[in-house]
Amino acid sequence: MIYLDNAATTLQKPPCVGQAMLDALEHAGNPGRGAHEPTLHAARIVYHARETLATLLHAESPDCIAFTANVTQALNTALCGLVRPDDHVITTVCEHNSVLRPLYRLREQGAEVSFVEVDDTGRLRYEQFEKFLRPNTRLVVVTHASNVTGNLTDLAFVSAFAKKHGLTLVVDAAQTAGARPIDVQALGVDVLCFTGHKALLGPQGTGGLYVRPGLTMAPLVVGGSGIHSFDETHPSQMPTALEAGTLNVPGLAGLGAGVEWILSQGVEVLHEKEMALTRLFYEKIVHAPDVKIYGSFDETDRAPIVSLNFGDADAARAADILWEDYGICVRAGAHCAPLIHKALGTVEQGMVRFSFSHQNTEAEVLRAAEAVCELAEEG
Amino acid sequence: MRRKRQYIVLSFASTARAMGWEKECAARGIPGRLIPLPSEITAGCGLGWRMLPEDWQAWQSQLNDAGYDAATPVEQ
Repeated sequence: MIYLDNAATTLQKPPCVGQAMLDALEHAGNPGRGAHEPTLHAARIVYHARETLATLLHAESPDCIAFTANVTQALNTALCGLVRPDDHVITTVCEHNSVLRPLYRLREQGAEVSFVEVDDTGRLRYEQFEKFLRPNTRLVVVTHASNVTGNLTDLAFVSAFAKKHGLTLVVDAAQTAGARPIDVQALGVDVLCFTGHKALLGPQGTGGLYVRPGLTMAPLVVGGSGIHSFDETHPSQMPTALEAGTLNVPGLAGLGAGVEWILSQGVEVLHEKEMALTRLFYEKIVHAPDVKIYGSFDETDRAPIVSLNFGDADAARAADILWEDYGICVRAGAHCAPLIHKALGTVEQGMVRFSFSHQNTEAEVLRAAEAVCELAEEG
Repeated sequence: MRRKRQYIVLSFASTARAMGWEKECAARGIPGRLIPLPSEITAGCGLGWRMLPEDWQAWQSQLNDAGYDAATPVEQ
């Protein structure tokens, strides 16, 4: 089997991830709910995950990192906690449904939403940000990289736009956290939402958000906090403010171990390896007959994704042939990002998405490229 | 019957702050340990860092007072 569905979830994790999870299952109590050794062990596990993520993202402190069950919950927390019914939000057609659906729901409650469009290679039309600005614009939410095309968003541009107009900037880093260097302070990001189970190499069921110090938002969920138990309102201190209920300690043990492994390897080194594999694959298939590749490959820096179609063939059928005949795991369909498919004209056909990890080998990538060329020759 | 004695207990804004404090103390060799926060400091739950008064005296000037909320004398 050749696993090239890393944009959905990374399958090959370093062994330390599973070991940390097993240790937590066997030895961790409930974090922050007492001071005996099992509960302190659990609290140390959670703090380690917080600390490693703060280091990776260049956050001001571990207090800026709150954990959630996934990036969808993190994005819901940020958007529902920050956007009021009379606010206007600027977003893009590159967004995943984890951004779009909370915005659609907020729109039903009175909020207004504008969508920055893309050109025919899926690159954002940056001039539209200024064009969409209104007196009640409060927030900008953008994906750091499209999970369909792999195109990166120019966060420096969007951040400068947000700062210039006093807007809150929320970033969906589902495809980039752990896959490339991110410095939230240097980029001027207010909220950055991440998932644990992709490039951060943790297990599914983990995610979270970085929140700039001083920025407050209404929590999505309130309840047990381990502190201030007689208060009728949930504590406002980060990270407790956004973490009601018992955390997923075994999951966070794995996430902390994954991030520590990334830090030990160097995120730049891992990113370069992924880029080299992506570029190798692209160069081997770019001239295959009747293969249409989506996204912009002019830029050398992008997410490690190559999405394509074979002529007019159904993407789902192509993905199934790749699995059945070649043992190659890819993702077909809409990838939960409907607006980018509308923009690129692939609503009916979908796309076949190849997504790479530093855990892949050159041999795997060459075999996958060979399979694409064979299928293209078949017509 | 267990004899009571005086301690200094540091309290924190959150569990995350308490865990950060414990890590810093371990790295610097600062004596003490995390305990359930005594009810005379805050009703409910939470963690505190308990030190002997003589250790508090010895270390107080070297501690990062931004790392904790308050230092309270407690008899336990």
